[in-house]
Amino acid sequence: MTQDPYASARETTEGTVYSVTGGDWDSVVTEIGATKEERVVVNMGPQHPSTHGVLRLILELEGETVTETRCGIGYLHTGIEKNCEYRNWTQGVTFVTRMDYLAPLFNEAAYCLGVEKLLGITNDVTERASVIRVLMMELNRISSHMVALGTGALELGALSPMIFAFRERELVLDIFEMVSGLRMNMAYIRPGGVAQDLPEHATSKIRETIKELRINFKDNAKLLIGNTIWLKRTKDIGILDLAGCTTLGITGPVLRATGMPWDLRKTQPYCGYENYDFDVITADTSDVYGRFLIRMNELEQSLRIIEQACDKLDVLEGQPVMVADKKIAWPSQLTLGGDGIGNSLDHIRKIMGTSMESLIHHFKLVTEGFRVPAGQVYSAVESPRGELGVHLISDGGTRPYRVHFRDPSFNNLQSTAAMCEGSQIADIVGAVASIDPVMGGVDR
Amino acid sequence: MSHDKTLNNGAFGVSGTGDTSGYGGLVKSKVKLGSSERPFGSYFDEVADELERAFPEFNDAIEKVIVDRDELTLHVKAAHLFETATKLRDTETLRFEQCMGVSGAHYPEEKNRELHAIYHLLSMTHNRRIRIEVSIPDANPHLPSLVEVWAGCNWNERETFDMFGIIFDGHPALTRILMPDDWPGHPQRKDYPLGGIDVEYKGAVVPPPSDRREYR
Repeated sequence: MTQDPYASARETTEGTVYSVTGGDWDSVVTEIGATKEERVVVNMGPQHPSTHGVLRLILELEGETVTETRCGIGYLHTGIEKNCEYRNWTQGVTFVTRMDYLAPLFNEAAYCLGVEKLLGITNDVTERASVIRVLMMELNRISSHMVALGTGALELGALSPMIFAFRERELVLDIFEMVSGLRMNMAYIRPGGVAQDLPEHATSKIRETIKELRINFKDNAKLLIGNTIWLKRTKDIGILDLAGCTTLGITGPVLRATGMPWDLRKTQPYCGYENYDFDVITADTSDVYGRFLIRMNELEQSLRIIEQACDKLDVLEGQPVMVADKKIAWPSQLTLGGDGIGNSLDHIRKIMGTSMESLIHHFKLVTEGFRVPAGQVYSAVESPRGELGVHLISDGGTRPYRVHFRDPSFNNLQSTAAMCEGSQIADIVGAVASIDPVMGGVDR
Repeated sequence: MSHDKTLNNGAFGVSGTGDTSGYGGLVKSKVKLGSSERPFGSYFDEVADELERAFPEFNDAIEKVIVDRDELTLHVKAAHLFETATKLRDTETLRFEQCMGVSGAHYPEEKNRELHAIYHLLSMTHNRRIRIEVSIPDANPHLPSLVEVWAGCNWNERETFDMFGIIFDGHPALTRILMPDDWPGHPQRKDYPLGGIDVEYKGAVVPPPSDRREYR
């Protein structure tokens, strides 16, 4: 056994006694004195409350100034991509929804759009299904931005915006619960459409919530926009210009804060986004304040899209929400029971009691899944954090050969060094908060 | 990638015994590679033409061009990857200024092209997307790093190294990124089992997921 320098041991009649002496502080101080510059390397995280989850920042400091920043990630690596290779294509939705846990519907949408492209059924997805997807995604954008704003403000020392933001998020999560039975990770969007139709009177309930949200958003706007302390903590902090964004592959609010109006909903529309009237919000300051303003203003744009989606849904009442091909559509005919989501008893009675063939089909499709023609696709959606891309490879089987997610948080987090080096240590918190990384998505 | 027609026999795809219990040892279907013919359609012809004009060694560098599901894939030889990437970024008519990510793939049956690295490129100037794919042998898994071309490839290449063991020469700090530094093996490779560690709970042992009964 080697000798522990900080805990020397000696044998006594009562057993081994350890004398724990603590760190070699004296030698640390002498060593610092010997070098010309006073540099200290500090680990911020992975359990620090203001690094957005389990992000570890390794900072080299010279006094209060940060001279070097490195990110340590991987603390939330769950092997979702590998797991997907062992489950069928439909089951994959349940995995991917758990990656970026603040934007589950975007993970599902990107994945399902990819699977549909592989199957060649992109145009068969019904309009009602697409509109519901848009509706749910935009609601999700609001709830995600609310966490970004609330925790971002909290990390900079402003408590009240967090209380307001989570109040608004709760309203949105209530809608998710009403529609899918779950508040988060709902696996609601499925290859071919969505798991089930909206419940009765959903659009009128959503319209009421929109009214409430519109009034509530003003609280946070009044608290933060133009607030002197907020401005001092966010203006000209964490600057990253367009050239930096381009080479680092940065997308989302960080890119739009440089004045580049790049939003996949406009530039490469999917799910029928070209049929909605909304604006791409930009800022020209390239700083934390600009990104904050973009998120604030995107809330209103999302509300506009949700209103239009509700109008469309009223017209499309009664249309199916799944593709007609029963081989691809999840066959279990889900219904929303009192306990959340479940199988339809009527359907089970029918296949168990009257049609042996339906039962076989049901069993085969649920256990084995459907086959997807071989090939590879890349499909991308504009998540609240930027381009969420999914690269799917199929070998013709009932399971993915490879699933890779290009999570925006992963790429955006690379800009931490560019944003933080040379700034004060306190400004790192603001800069990282403005990237809004979600570690579940970064580490997958 | 084209699909073997004989395998495409309905959504159930029954072949052999049709046993779905997982005990029948069903063999997965194999992917056959083929090259697409001109015209490719969409903006793909233009991209190919412009690259050919800007890049004299085009025919040497590009192994094949595949257009599938409205997406263009250029299969590039590893030796020409760096040049091709630079040309794709710098040529005004191409201008792929963003690399959205590097994705790996492992095909153990493809002899001497077991490991693939796949780059998804985006041109914001022209609003276009293409993909470049490079295949290298498992025995010599070296690729030039593209960090100098797109700085954002840094973490993506580290991830691909971590998960597949592809070594990107010239990368500023090629270390593991998601797995612990001392982790043995590269988890996303097909020869690496899922799980692999017994789950123990109060004396009961649950086998790793890869050893459990599977439904195919």
